[in-house]
Amino acid sequence: MTANTWTIAAARDALRRGEISAVDLTMSCLTAIDAGDGLNAFVHKTPEIALEQARAADLRIKAGDAPDMCGIPLGIKDLFCTKGVATQAASNILKGFKPEYESTVTGKLFDAGAVMLGKLNMDEFAMGSSNESSCYGPAVNPWKVDDAKRTPGGSSGGSAAAVAADLCLGATGTDTGGSIRQPAAFCGITGIKPTYGRVSRYGIVAYASSLDQAGPMTKTVRDAAIFLQAMAGHDARDSTSADIAVPDFEAALTGDIRGKKIGIPREYRIEGIPAEIDALWAQGRDMLRDAGAEIVDISLPHAKYALPAYYVIAPAEASSNLARYDGVRYGHRATLQSGDGITEMYENTRAEGFGPETQRRIMVGTYVLSAGFYDAYYNRARKVRALIKRDFEQAFAAGIDAILAPATPSSAFALGEMDKATPVEVYLNDVFTVTANLAGLPGVAVPMGLDSKGLPMGLQLLGRPWDEGGLLNHAYVLERAAGFVAKPDKWW
Amino acid sequence: MSIDIDTARKVAKLARIAVPTTDLPALAEKLSGILGFMEQLNEVDVEGIEPMTSVTPMRLKRRADVVTDGNIQAAILKNAPDAREGFFAVPKVVE
Repeated sequence: MTANTWTIAAARDALRRGEISAVDLTMSCLTAIDAGDGLNAFVHKTPEIALEQARAADLRIKAGDAPDMCGIPLGIKDLFCTKGVATQAASNILKGFKPEYESTVTGKLFDAGAVMLGKLNMDEFAMGSSNESSCYGPAVNPWKVDDAKRTPGGSSGGSAAAVAADLCLGATGTDTGGSIRQPAAFCGITGIKPTYGRVSRYGIVAYASSLDQAGPMTKTVRDAAIFLQAMAGHDARDSTSADIAVPDFEAALTGDIRGKKIGIPREYRIEGIPAEIDALWAQGRDMLRDAGAEIVDISLPHAKYALPAYYVIAPAEASSNLARYDGVRYGHRATLQSGDGITEMYENTRAEGFGPETQRRIMVGTYVLSAGFYDAYYNRARKVRALIKRDFEQAFAAGIDAILAPATPSSAFALGEMDKATPVEVYLNDVFTVTANLAGLPGVAVPMGLDSKGLPMGLQLLGRPWDEGGLLNHAYVLERAAGFVAKPDKWW
Repeated sequence: MSIDIDTARKVAKLARIAVPTTDLPALAEKLSGILGFMEQLNEVDVEGIEPMTSVTPMRLKRRADVVTDGNIQAAILKNAPDAREGFFAVPKVVE
């Protein structure tokens, strides 16, 4: 097996034992990336930076001063500002933009010695669940069971595809309504959205600031723990980042969940869910029970309102955040016709630069924030959000340690399959994931097996605020019980 | 709540996105569908509930009121589509 297929944990140990150099490890990923263009996962490749970072990592490893992520080759979602390297959020409006500064997350990863292989495809401004709103065209799921090319999910679809196809050892993702967990489930990998405030948002192109949170996408739960450790922590440059200690996440993976209480929310049994997903959920319950946990039926009475609340709050925040793209300070500016003033410049720049879904969300947000509708939509949605959060607080106060739920309402669908669907039908993809964002809770997707079509399916665990360690330990138990080791056959 | 063509035009204007007149009916229909979906929120009893404003209960940190950044004009202007003489250039705003 070539080194690009390794886990982060295996590569870390091999690097420290001197069995491989960071340069060779990086080269094996760069080779896989060049052979993986059919997946359209890497949209800006940075081999020179990668090799330079790998050489520096080798020196640190030799000197015995190597943090866990030192020499580990990663893909970076196009949403993270990387100094001097194209950062477009998969939007034409940021074409040509090369940030003059580094996001806190990538800065921390580089300080830890990690290697950046390039930037990864995603839905435009992280708005989407299929990667089809990307200005680069969609990334493709490495899992293929018939003639159809399938979506890797979204918005972190390029990240999920790249990890599943072994183009990198891990990738950064961001999750505003499920954008780490849904693509992880669709591609058969692990992805965790941490508690809101655990990871700094500084330098991450903003979609909906009260919901956005970055996290790792990896091949195993252990890798997620190692990777998250390097991303997490207080940052003075993000006023919503929490100034609390970051525990040792990898040390939390004891595999012992005896006596833990797992909540099964009855509101997540929604109509029209494939029987296979339901059966998988039951299987997950059995696995956790067999490991000594207690399974408890719980109620989250407002969960059914999470999706409409999300689709008010997220566009509202987006319409405000995306007001900055005006053709003045960075990115695209429309060519002016004679007589055009500054208003035409704004309007044409934004019409040309934003794709249709981004435009729609900006306009929905503009509408729900406009005079006369602010209370009816935006304020009401924020009140419902408070109730959704309270439901979780009550469950945790009653002693629940983690909540088990499906990650997605289906396995990966074909690219183009949703072309005729209404926006609302597309939004239903996020039905199981948005609650965690609204409540600020950590959530993790774990691959469990293949459905009858041969496509990966995942389950989701939600945890108490700041208990990513405990959450990952539950995920670790599921991972070991499920024993999911299948890999996609290489067709690309 | 149904969005008519005039409302769609007004929202596009507020959002500073040029939408051709011929595209307004389709836009109005899509926006109506999305807003119709949100009508469900009216079923929820929100009497006495405060709108959620902070995701995690925390007090914003304070810091000394001092300059911590600056003197980076070139970096600020680096990505501008049109920068001249140390300024962002835009079409004439005042006649």
